[in-house]
Amino acid sequence: MADAALRQSSAPWLLSLPSLLLFVGLLAVPMALTAVLSFHVFEGMRGIQPTFTIANYVQVLTDGYYYELFLRTGLMSLGVTAICVLIGVPETLILAKMRPALQGTFFVVILGPLLISVVVRTLGWQILLGRQGPVNSALLSLGLVEEPVRFLYSMTGVVIVLTHVLLPFMIVAIWSALQKLDGQVAHAARSLGAGPITTFRRVVLPQLMPGILSGAIIVFTLAASAFATPAIIGGRRVKVVTTAIYDEFLTSLNWPLGAAIAIMLLIAIVAVVLGSNRLVERRFKQVFA
Amino acid sequence: MSTMSLRGLSKSFGNVQAVNNLDLNVEGGEFLSLLGPSGCGKTTTLQMVAGFLPPTAGKVLVEGEDITYVVPEKRDMGIVFQSYALFPHMTIAQNVGFGLEMRKMKRPQLQERVDEALSMVRLSGLEDRYPSQLSGGQRQRVAIARVLAIRPRVLLLDEPMSNLDAKLRGDMHVELRALQRRLGITTILVTHDQVEAMTMSDRIAVMTGGKIAELGTPQQVYDKPVSEFAYRFLGQTNEINGEISVSDAGSTAVRVGSASIPVEASEAPQGGAIKLFVRPERLRICPADNSKVKGKITTRLFLGGVWFYDIDSDIGHLRVSAPNLGAAQADEGETVGIDWNPGDMQVATPEVANG
Amino acid sequence: MSNKRIDQNGPIALAFHVLLTVFILAPLVVVVVASFSDKDFISMPFDGASLRWYREILDAPELISAFWLSIRLAFASATLAAVVAVPAALAIARHRFVGRDAVMAFLMSPMMIPHVVLGVAFLRFFSIMGWTGSFFAMVLVHALIVVPFSLRLTLAAVIGLERDAENAARSLGASRFVAFRRILLPLIMPGVAGGWVLCFIQSFDEVTMTIFVATPGTTTLPVALYHRIAFLSDPVTTSVSTVMIVGTVVFMFALDRIVGLDKVLIGKK
Repeated sequence: MADAALRQSSAPWLLSLPSLLLFVGLLAVPMALTAVLSFHVFEGMRGIQPTFTIANYVQVLTDGYYYELFLRTGLMSLGVTAICVLIGVPETLILAKMRPALQGTFFVVILGPLLISVVVRTLGWQILLGRQGPVNSALLSLGLVEEPVRFLYSMTGVVIVLTHVLLPFMIVAIWSALQKLDGQVAHAARSLGAGPITTFRRVVLPQLMPGILSGAIIVFTLAASAFATPAIIGGRRVKVVTTAIYDEFLTSLNWPLGAAIAIMLLIAIVAVVLGSNRLVERRFKQVFA
Repeated sequence: MSTMSLRGLSKSFGNVQAVNNLDLNVEGGEFLSLLGPSGCGKTTTLQMVAGFLPPTAGKVLVEGEDITYVVPEKRDMGIVFQSYALFPHMTIAQNVGFGLEMRKMKRPQLQERVDEALSMVRLSGLEDRYPSQLSGGQRQRVAIARVLAIRPRVLLLDEPMSNLDAKLRGDMHVELRALQRRLGITTILVTHDQVEAMTMSDRIAVMTGGKIAELGTPQQVYDKPVSEFAYRFLGQTNEINGEISVSDAGSTAVRVGSASIPVEASEAPQGGAIKLFVRPERLRICPADNSKVKGKITTRLFLGGVWFYDIDSDIGHLRVSAPNLGAAQADEGETVGIDWNPGDMQVATPEVANG
Repeated sequence: MSNKRIDQNGPIALAFHVLLTVFILAPLVVVVVASFSDKDFISMPFDGASLRWYREILDAPELISAFWLSIRLAFASATLAAVVAVPAALAIARHRFVGRDAVMAFLMSPMMIPHVVLGVAFLRFFSIMGWTGSFFAMVLVHALIVVPFSLRLTLAAVIGLERDAENAARSLGASRFVAFRRILLPLIMPGVAGGWVLCFIQSFDEVTMTIFVATPGTTTLPVALYHRIAFLSDPVTTSVSTVMIVGTVVFMFALDRIVGLDKVLIGKK
């Protein structure tokens, strides 16, 4: 009896053991080492010194350069998130009204790119947005602009491409909220005298809010941690946190400072995620019990 | 007390004719049910009346006014949906007040109407709850209060009881019926539940294949339907196949094997094969000697209130039901006679195959 | 008064949808089209098409070897992820134990940590352990970052399952292990296999973390592509990208056949 009970209670741990070993050895330990690294000193001639200092963090928190770096990354992520909401909400509603066969096709079209390497998608945009690329040719021939717009190595370009890369996540999140919505509520509102716009604003949109918010959290964090897209499209002119970390590690070789920036980025992202999750839960707990 | 009529209303989806040239007049204050199996077109009809679906042809009139293409929000109809369709992010008071708010009603008066509607459905005191905090029965009452608050010209009920358990459903039938009578709102109920249609309606329209097969009071459509479909769809029925024969004296009878069943001449066609219908409760078990028809009981079922006897008889397989008044009248395997009153064996117009 | 169903998309909605579809497909289409150019720089092949940039792939041994490395890496890490994630999913779905939520959160955490941060951590860890340039170490860290995908799909498969079939097998005399192998495993196989394919794709496409730990001997295809795109304008990137797009589409069909794409992409149960 006791033996069986013991086996029962140890079974889940035995089953999780391989994954936990992998995660402790290759996630917990490296992350801890990185945290330690961020408190080390870097000297140009002698490299990393194992002495404890908080100088790296002081530098990141007080230097206007890093302040601007984090601010730029945050604003970029906010912008991408906002555009994804503005495009994602109508598109999801349009998808929901489609015939099932068409709906399936367009889900593959919209979500399929998620499975294609982000480097490939970014290359496509690099070609599209070039000085003599198709987008500029079109704008010029339509007479919308006088001379080619500089998309590459500009924030505009980075935001456009990140929107393309991350929009599928927003649509998935809104879609799952839409699935929970009773299809008859919109009809109910209409029959009670609300026009289409009032119905959307007062009845449909509030019920999509949890999905929009969770999509916004996902898009914001992925935008803030994106690397390949800002590196290729933004280049050296539009530096964000991730590309700054890359430069510290692989160009300046100042690993302790790079580690400190990385840790700051992780803390910022975890704070945003936990903070907004708490907000979402508090706001909607009563309604969607 | 608004009248409503549907004139030649039709709806097709591709090749499928969901509603086929439907004509129907609903009296002011009347409670009318559209009753039928799923796919009979009753829900499509309701959707066209509510304005969620444009008809392919035909008109919807309320008090003589053509509203066929009026948008739903201008129709002044109250709809209780199958899922209730409450707004989960609004409180009960906000749900009930929504329609009034859309009508630009101001605070004190709106408050008054919300209170009144909630007290009509006996939900006073739950104003600040959210739908997720209510039971199924309470949610349904909110849905009803929400439409009563706008004092609609016509009340549309779309399978409103299908999410309630049997006991609660029975109570709601009585309560909703009483409320409808008291307010005198013209009401159309869509349902596949015949008990629901019979207990609540003034008239029932039995639908099949996008058409009305039978229209009348509950008693008319059950006791003396003109269509075979209504016979088969409502309650239980026995079907007897026979041949028409006219005697020298001019009286009409139906021959089934060796037996001959007299029927009223006016109902019978001129000759050939014919079907007779008789409800199990209109048949009686009697002593086998000198009865019209004899048979052997193959199965006896006890249902509490009634006994069912399945009998292999001279005129085919018959089911007889008898009220449970104590002991059973006969045992399985016993040979018994079967009797009925003249007029209980009826002829109906055959069903036309409908694609 | 409009004579249409109120739930249908209007012309403005359809125009919006068409524009969005163009926005989504444009970069992929432009890469495929540009790959057929015959110029020395990346351009549209409107005045001369050729397959020269496909031949060029064959003359670039470092791209070929990067491709095979990526394939081996994705295969090994997706398999390792399934090996550790399937039992973990069973533990989480079938047992109520103290720390269950913590285990779940821990195993899902690679999805929340920016890959740049993971790359930094692995770079430091590898240099301390002397694992720099080791294929085996790459497999371990790739498996780690794709475990959440395998775990999520397997969990969905196990949670959707009644226990009755297993209990029936046990009562008919099957041991715990036989019941798992003959009953449970076949039933959850679509989820496990779908998870494997998704992990394969995720590992194959991973660039941000890998760029920190890749050495000249362990450069994956996306990393090789990244370096060529970021620092030069080399038309061979378009032909390689086209091959990757076609490969992904083939994989997508496989995934759709095995579990249904909607399950993978939308996370439906």
